[in-house]
Order: sequence, then C-alpha cells, then structure tokens
Amino acid sequence: MAELKYESPQTTEAAVALLAAGGPTARVFAGGTDLMVQMHEEMIEPTLLVDIKRISETRQITFEDDYVRIGAAVTGAELGEHAELKAMWPGVVEAVELIGSYQVQGRATIGGNLCNASPAADSVPALIAAAARVVIAGPGGVRDIPVEDMPVGPGRTSLAAGEFVTSLLLPKRAERAGDAYLRFIPRTEMDIAVVGVGVSVTLNPDGTCATARMALGAVAPTARLVKAASDILVGNKLDHAVLEALAEAASDACSPIDDKRGTIVFRTKVAGVLACRAAAIAWQRAEKN
Amino acid sequence: MAKNFVTTTINGDEVEFASYPGQSLLDVLRSELHMTGTKNGCGSGDCGACTVVLNGRPVNACLVLGVELDGAEIETIEGMATGTKLHPLQQKFLDHAALQCGICTPGILTMAKAFLEKNPDPTESEVRYGLAGNLCRCTGYDKIVRAVLDAAADMRADG
Repeated sequence: MAELKYESPQTTEAAVALLAAGGPTARVFAGGTDLMVQMHEEMIEPTLLVDIKRISETRQITFEDDYVRIGAAVTGAELGEHAELKAMWPGVVEAVELIGSYQVQGRATIGGNLCNASPAADSVPALIAAAARVVIAGPGGVRDIPVEDMPVGPGRTSLAAGEFVTSLLLPKRAERAGDAYLRFIPRTEMDIAVVGVGVSVTLNPDGTCATARMALGAVAPTARLVKAASDILVGNKLDHAVLEALAEAASDACSPIDDKRGTIVFRTKVAGVLACRAAAIAWQRAEKN
Repeated sequence: MAKNFVTTTINGDEVEFASYPGQSLLDVLRSELHMTGTKNGCGSGDCGACTVVLNGRPVNACLVLGVELDGAEIETIEGMATGTKLHPLQQKFLDHAALQCGICTPGILTMAKAFLEKNPDPTESEVRYGLAGNLCRCTGYDKIVRAVLDAAADMRADG
C-alpha cells in the first residue's frame, strides 16, 4: 500500500495540478463525512487527499447579478444559518439540512453530497429542481454543467481526471417562485431517503403555473429530472386532476431497486404521493412571494 | 510514515501534535495526546460517542483528520468541568442517573452543551432531535432527555 499524502492548496489551480498529478487514487477532501467512512471501512485506499477547504471560493456564499454562488465546501450547518439563502431557496436548504446529525451537519458539504453520487443524496433532487449548475475546475479550465449531468451512476460522476467542483450556482429567485423537498424515511431523523422529491415552481399573476421542475431521488441509479412534470403543471392550477397526473408522472419515472429499505412497489407509489405534497408546498411558498 | 506537525488550541491551551495523513482527530486525541475522555464508538459518524466541538461546532472526531487542524480550536469533554466543579449538565446526569455503561456519555454531554448554547430553552422533542446523532444502548434515552431539560432550566435560572 502506497503511503497516503495530504495537501491543502490555497488556489484552485494548485488543487487541479495536485489532482491531475495524483492520478486515479487522488481524492478531494472537504467535509470528510463520506470519504473518512469509506477509508475507515477500507472501501477505498487513496494515496493523496487534496483538502479544498483552504481555497476561499469553496467556503463562501456570494450573491451575484443573476445567481447565488455556494462554495462546494460550505457545510449544511452554514447553509441552514444563512437566512437570505433560506428565504430564497427553502427547499434546497431544507434538503441539505436533512443530511445526518448535528455533528454531520457541522462538516458535511453541499459539494460532497453531490460528488459522493449516492442515488439517495438529499440535496441533489432539490438542486436539480432549482435548475442549479455545477462549476467544475480542471486541467482544461473552468466549465459549468447542470446538476442532473453530474451523477452518472451510484458512486460515479461525470467529472474527468483532475477535475473538482468549486461551487454551485443557484438562479436568483423570480417573483412568485417557491421550492420544496420531501423525503420518505422509516424513522424521523438520521436516515437515508427511500424516496426523495424536489419541486420548484414559478406562478403567473393569475395563479397558474409559469414554470416547473421536479426531480426524484432514491428511485433510480441517479437522481433524475422528471421532464413530464413541466408539461403537466405549466398553464394549470394545482387541482385534483393535475395532482393525479403529476403523481402518475412521478411513479412512471421510477426504476428503483428492491432492498431492505423499500420495495419497488412501495418506492414507486410513494414517489407519486411525495410529488403531490412537495408540489403543494412549493406552490404555497410561491403564492406568498 | 511522514508526520505533519499541527498547532491547535484544545480546551483553551495551545497544543502541538504530530499526525500522519489519514489519522483521525479521534485517534490523535486518544493515542497521541492520551486524552481518552473522547470515546471511540463506531468510527463512521453514526454513534456520536466521539463528539467534540471544532471551531464552535459539534462534530464527530472520527470523521475529522488531524492534519487539517492547524489553527483550529477544539473543545473536548476534558474541558467541560471547571476544576473539580462539574458543569450543570454533568451534575444533572449524575442526579438523574442518565448513564449506565458511560461510553456514550462524554459525547452526549458535549453535544448537549453545544445544543443548549444554540437553544437554551428547548422542548423535549427538540432535545431528542438535538441528540439524534448520539446513540445510547443502555438508558433508553428518557433519563438523558430529562437530565438535559433539567440542566437547561437550571442554566437559564443562573443566567
């Protein structure tokens, strides 16, 4: 076993150079709440840890002209305490705050939740619904992609060699907009989503839907955008027929596994139920804005 | 194995230690500094037995690296009492018999102290959520929750 090295660069360029030189056994280290567990359980044996927390961009929340930039290494606890962000994207912040205990919240980062690429990651459906983008630095420079293009399978992302996530971009909230994230777990706290649903809507002045995005987690190998939700919701109010169609679209988008935490039948059914409830909450929030 | 030298503040005192990459803060505390009050439960961030306060936030010491802590401020269970005078939470845990085997106790006390600093007047339900990251296999939690609520009341009365 090669000796493990630790580096904590202060610039994005230095981190990219270290990751590129370190090869496939180099790992990005931020909150450590997944990486340390994987090392402890000997699922991975990295030879280099590149701690990105001393790079200032990864630790800041900044409001820019058209979007909010959230550093990849901002923790759940920090997001939960950010009143302005919470008011703008309550569903995204709630989703991040559902991850783990207080102790985990103090360390776990929004970028880590995305890059760990668990199909059940709570923040990811909420970020996809919010039309968030991921800013990626690498040997070829900086690029950004939609969040839904990041996970490609359980534990796998579309990041190329030497690349890492520096920040996430959330659009500035439009008027009459709201979002929500709900998950099903068998306990009340400290559990992994059996189904997760994120919904984001903007309404017209007459109360009908102007834009809508819905994404599901834990019901497929990756979180997925349910494109049909937009067609069902836009132009309509949230009446019984619309909710029924939304539930059906959510269930149709599921291709879950059967495991000890939930059966295929259960996950598929609950996705529809949570889709309607999350849409109703997002709608209420939009009406108040 | 190459070691990095790290300077931290632990319970108000400047502490320097040598740590190899991959070594957790929990292992640094117990093996390098012989501060064994912080307990090793699961090693994977599930049980909370190793809870310490890092730069003002409760964290699982098993999920933190020693080498990343240069300049950090750490509070452990060893800093909770003032000399021989117990912290109100420690005293209430004795009064309510809120422990049996005691392995979870340092982590629960540390988490409860951090929790009450944020929320000095919690409901029972809030205490249970606040301690959701701390597992206890002896007490059934009721005595722990009562001790925390009782300590909170006393701490509010003492301002």
